[in-house]
Amino acid sequence: MDVAIVKYNAGNVQSVEFALNRLGITPIITDNPQVLRTADKVIFPGVGEASSAMKYLRERELDIVLKNLTQPFLGICLGMQLMCKHSEENDTDCLGIFDVKVKLFPPEEKVPHMGWNKIFNYNSPLLKGIDENEYVYFVHSYYAELSNETITTSNYMFNYSSGLNKNNYYGFQFHPEKSGETGAKILKNFIEL
Amino acid sequence: MLAKRIIPCLDVKDGRTVKGVNFKELRDAGDPVELGALYAEQLADELCFLDISATLEERKTFASLVKDIARNVNIPFTVGGGISEVSQVGRLLEAGADKITVNSAAVSNPILVEDMANEFGSQCVVVAIDTKYKDGQWYVYTHGGTKATPILTIDWAKQVHDLGAGEILLTSMNHDGTKSGFALDITRTISEIINIPVIASGGAGTMKHFKEVFTEGKADAALAASIFHFKEMEIGDLKNYLREGGIPIRS
Repeated sequence: MDVAIVKYNAGNVQSVEFALNRLGITPIITDNPQVLRTADKVIFPGVGEASSAMKYLRERELDIVLKNLTQPFLGICLGMQLMCKHSEENDTDCLGIFDVKVKLFPPEEKVPHMGWNKIFNYNSPLLKGIDENEYVYFVHSYYAELSNETITTSNYMFNYSSGLNKNNYYGFQFHPEKSGETGAKILKNFIEL
Repeated sequence: MLAKRIIPCLDVKDGRTVKGVNFKELRDAGDPVELGALYAEQLADELCFLDISATLEERKTFASLVKDIARNVNIPFTVGGGISEVSQVGRLLEAGADKITVNSAAVSNPILVEDMANEFGSQCVVVAIDTKYKDGQWYVYTHGGTKATPILTIDWAKQVHDLGAGEILLTSMNHDGTKSGFALDITRTISEIINIPVIASGGAGTMKHFKEVFTEGKADAALAASIFHFKEMEIGDLKNYLREGGIPIRS
């Protein structure tokens, strides 16, 4: 099984790589379009800022590559937000895979939303075997709105999309690579798609 | 609802876990990677590893230890101890740490906090504040609590928040090692004034102490060391107690 992790300027690659290692997978970390196109699975991690990440992807025409892949593709955290249409973070046009807007959390509660929170209302094979209301680990200041592409919901001040899916494209706002046994199961479900 | 976090803290010297009682006496409590993985299995919500090495040689051990921890632990972890430069932060994040804590170096050079936030994002910047109650005020102490400063804790907390800190780890020196409970008043004050999470540290002795710091103290997370290392309290038992007491806790 060839699993590629997209190499760019906002990847928290090491943690994702180790999480895959724990599942017996040795991923390839690459920005080579040909390797990305032919991999069995592609993971798009991300910790950082939206506009500089999109600028980096566009300069290398990786945005075109990522939008046109056909194998199962998983965005994590900023990776998922970059797969949306637009982010309020520095008013950034993103990849537009999901028809969803990304907005800044209002300051009524502490921001970033950091720590363990619940996921619910599952609608995806990636959540197979996961109990409703399981806790996973989040760190983010921006959130994706609910839409008909939502596959998991979470609540912080209000309900928002903690997971999205369209065709072969999946995204999670939380960090499966840091979410203990639950996160490992979700990654395993993705690998087994 | 966001769960309150329980964070075991491991002090590391030359690759081994130690815990100072009132920052002075040290006792050996095992291998940090093994202990960290065990705590993750027991549903600790996060881990904290502080390097208390004195020499450069020992510090090198710590950097490779961070990679070992990341390889074996499937929950977030913070590392710190003696960090004074952005380049050190970059190396530890690349090794797989999720957050970096800075203490004395931030007090002498506050721009360090801003530089870290700009370069790596606020989410990974944890400012540790050692505080002591003296003459009716809470003051900031540095260098493992050995040096007093004239800075009020509340002012410093506001300043690091403005500089881009993502979290504050607040240790009361009056309470640390006493097992008489957390410093509820200063924890609550800081948590109410600034809009970032506060981790309370110092003084955990009973399960009730944790409940108090989450309710009266308004802490987002609580950190403890020796009571976990020496098995005076099991994380699972503590979490059951807190959940039954109506505190949102990850199970």
